[in-house]
Amino acid sequence: MMGALPKWVLLWSDAVVLLLAVALILYGWRVRLDVSRRRDWLKVFRQPAALCSAVVLAAFLLVAVADSLHFRRALPAAGGAGAAQAYSTQVESCLDLLLAPLARSREVTYSAPLASRAFAKATVGTERVFPRLLHGGAHLNDDVTERLADVAGRAATGLAAGLAAAAALAMAGFAALGGRGGLAAAWHRHTEVPWRAAFWTALGLGAVVGLIIAIAPHYHVLGTDRTGNDVLYQALKSVRTAFVIGTLSTIATLPLAVGLGIVAGYFRGWVDDVVQYLYTVLSSIPNVLLIAACVLMMQVFIDTHPDLFETGAERADLRLFLLCVILGLTGWAGLCRLVRAETLKLRELDYVQAATAFGVGPWHIMARHIFPNVVHLVIITTVLDFSALVLYEAVLSYVGVGVDPTMNSFGGMINLARSEMSRDPVVWWSFVAAFGFMVCLVLVANLFADGVRDAFDPRARVFRARRPAPPKEVA
Amino acid sequence: MGRYLLRRTVYGLLVLVGVNLLTFVLFFTVNTPDDMARLNIGGKRITQDQIVKWKAERGYDKPLYWNNEAEGTAKVTETVFWERSVSLFALRFGRSDASGATDIGHEIGRRMVVSLQLAVPLFLLQVVASVLFALVLVFFKNTRIDFWGVVLCVLMLSISSLFYIIVGQFMFSRVLRLVPISGWAPGLDAARFLVLPVMLSLLSRLGGEGRLYRAMFLEEIGRDYVRTARAKGLGEAVVLGRHVLRNALIPIITSAGSYLPYVFLGSLVFESFFGIPGLGAYVIDAISGQDFAIVRSMVFIGSLLYVASYVLIDVAYTWADPRVRLS
Repeated sequence: MMGALPKWVLLWSDAVVLLLAVALILYGWRVRLDVSRRRDWLKVFRQPAALCSAVVLAAFLLVAVADSLHFRRALPAAGGAGAAQAYSTQVESCLDLLLAPLARSREVTYSAPLASRAFAKATVGTERVFPRLLHGGAHLNDDVTERLADVAGRAATGLAAGLAAAAALAMAGFAALGGRGGLAAAWHRHTEVPWRAAFWTALGLGAVVGLIIAIAPHYHVLGTDRTGNDVLYQALKSVRTAFVIGTLSTIATLPLAVGLGIVAGYFRGWVDDVVQYLYTVLSSIPNVLLIAACVLMMQVFIDTHPDLFETGAERADLRLFLLCVILGLTGWAGLCRLVRAETLKLRELDYVQAATAFGVGPWHIMARHIFPNVVHLVIITTVLDFSALVLYEAVLSYVGVGVDPTMNSFGGMINLARSEMSRDPVVWWSFVAAFGFMVCLVLVANLFADGVRDAFDPRARVFRARRPAPPKEVA
Repeated sequence: MGRYLLRRTVYGLLVLVGVNLLTFVLFFTVNTPDDMARLNIGGKRITQDQIVKWKAERGYDKPLYWNNEAEGTAKVTETVFWERSVSLFALRFGRSDASGATDIGHEIGRRMVVSLQLAVPLFLLQVVASVLFALVLVFFKNTRIDFWGVVLCVLMLSISSLFYIIVGQFMFSRVLRLVPISGWAPGLDAARFLVLPVMLSLLSRLGGEGRLYRAMFLEEIGRDYVRTARAKGLGEAVVLGRHVLRNALIPIITSAGSYLPYVFLGSLVFESFFGIPGLGAYVIDAISGQDFAIVRSMVFIGSLLYVASYVLIDVAYTWADPRVRLS
C-alpha cells in the first residue's frame, strides 16, 4: 500500500518568508519593465562588491526558503481502516529532507571536524580508548591510516564537481539574465555589470558547496556538539532564523513607520505633534529593556495558553514570529522620522501642489504621489537593518529574550559555544561554525546594503574608499 | 536659553509620563498581578492563598487605577498605579518582586557606581580612538591605507560583539593569562578586571564608529574653509587637526551623545560576561528572574537619562559652535 501523503504545515513565519520570496520575484519582474527603476538597480549591480554579495545572499536565501516549506509526515495507520489519518508530531522542512543524512548521523557526544574517533576517551571492555564514531568515517576499515587519504580523495572530487557545476550554472545564469555583448566582453570587463566578479564568486560558492556535499555524508564536516548533533546541520538551520528575524522585523515596522510618517509630514499641525510625541516616547526607552519587557509578557501569554499549539515547532515559531512583531513595534521610530522629513519636503513640490489644486483628496495624494517617492527610504532601511538585526538576535538570545531555545539560531549556538570554549581541551568547532556563517551572512548583507544605499539615496555622498589606480605605464 | 531649557524639560516630563503609562499598561493590564504571582512563585500547584499572600506582601492587591473604598485623595493614591508608577517621579522605586526583596533605589545607586567605572573610561577612549582612527584614514585618503582601513572597518562591524568577548577572554585570560577571566574587586584593584572589557568593547565598536566619522570628516574636507587653509600653506595635519576637527564637532557630539544613557545604564552583555556587578548585570538577573519591578524601574531610569542627555547634547552644541542659538 502506498504511504499517505504528508500534511503540509504553514507556520506563521513560513507564510511571511514565502510571501517575501514571491514579492521579490514580482518586484524583480516590475523592475525589468520599468526604465527608471531598472536604472537604479543597475547602479547597484554595477558595483562588484554589491553584485558578489548579492550572489552569496541569494544562496543563503535559497537555504532559508527551502527551510520554510514545512510538513508533517503521515504515520502508518494504527487503528485499521476507517481510523483518521494520524500525522507525526515532528514538523520537518524540505531542507531537512535534503539534510536527512546529517540529521540522522547522531553521535554520542563531541567529535572534532572530520574525525573518525570520539573527542573524549571512553571505556571499551577494560581499556580507555578513543572509540570509533557511529557515523563519522564509519565506512573505513582502518581509520588511522586511511582517513586522511579518504578525506582528500572525496574533497578533490567534490571540489571538481562543485566548480564544474557552478561554472555551468553561472554560464546559464549569464545567458538567462541577458548577457548582451557576449562572453568575451564580460570576461574583459567591457560590460556594464561586472559579470567576471560574479563568476568568481559563483565558483567560490560552488567549491565550498561541492566540498561539503562530497564529505558530509561520511564525516561531520564541522564536528558534533555535546549531544552528538551535527554542527553543520545546526548552522544551516540557523540561517532561516536569522533571515526571518532580519527581514520580518523590518517588514513589521513598515505599516506604522510609513503610515504615520507620511500622515505626520502631510497634515502637519497637531497630527504631527502626536506622531512626534509617540516616537519620542518609544525611542526614549532603552531598546533592549523595552524588548525584554514585551517578550516577558509574550512568554506569560504563551505559557498560559498551551492549548493553542499542536506541536512544539508551532510554539517555537509563534515565539519567533511574535519576537519579530515586537522588534517591529518597538523599532519604527527611526524610519518614521526619515519618512516624515521626506514628506515635509515632498508636499511642497509643484506636482503635489498641482494635484491639490485639481482637487485630488489628501489620502489619494499620499498614496499616489507621496508614497512612491519615499519607497527608496524603505528599501535602504530594509537592507541596512538586516545585518544589524541578525547581530541583535545573538545578543537577545544571550540576554534570554531571543528565540525559543529549541529553535536553531546563531545566538543559541554562540551561547553554547561560550561554555565549550572554557573546556579543556577546547571544543572550538561550534564557535568557529557560528562565527563563520554569521560573519559571512552579515558581511555580505552589509556590502549589499552599502551598494543599495549608494545607488538609491540621491543625497548620499559617496565616500567609498577606492583602490588607488595602478601607475600608468609610459609607452 | 533659559526658556528653551524650561520647554525641553517640560516636554521631557511629558515623554516620561508617556513611558510610564506605556510600561504600566504593558506590565499590569496585559498580565494581571495574578499571572505575575504565579510566575514568581513557580511550581505546578499554586493555591489561591499563596497568590493572595504574594500580592498582599508587595501591595499588588490594591485596585489598579481607582480605589472606590478609600476616602478623598486616597481614592487615587491607594492604588497600584500611584504607588508603583507615580512614585517613580520622586525616584522612589520601592522593593523588588523577588522573595528576598531588596530596596531597588539603594541597589541601583550601589551598582551605578560600578557601571560608571567601566563605562566612563570606555566612553572617553571610544570617542578619542574612533576620531583618531578616522583622522588617520582621512589623512591617507586615496591611498592603500585608506582602502584597506575601510575594508577592515566593514569586516569589524560585521562581527558580533559576543565573538570579540569570547575570543578576547580565550586569548588574553586563558592562553596568555594576562588578566583574570571575570570578576570584580573594589577600589583601584578594579582596573585589573576592567582592562579587557574596555578594550574589547572599544574594538567591537571601532569599525562602525570609525567609518561614520571618516564620512563626516570627508564631508567637511570638501568645504571652502579647508581650501583656504590649504591655500595659506598649512600642512595637512594642521588642517585636519585644527580646522576640520573643530568643525566636525557637532556630528561627533550627536553621535557620542547617543551613547550617554548607556554610560549610566551599563552594558548588558559586557557586564554579565565579565561578572561585573553593575546595572547591566542587574537587568539581566531581573529578566531571567522575571522581576518586573526592577525592569520597570530600569525602563524609567533609562528614559530619564535619555531625556536628560538630549538636553545636554543641545547645550553642548552651543559650546561647540557659537552660531547655534537655543530658542
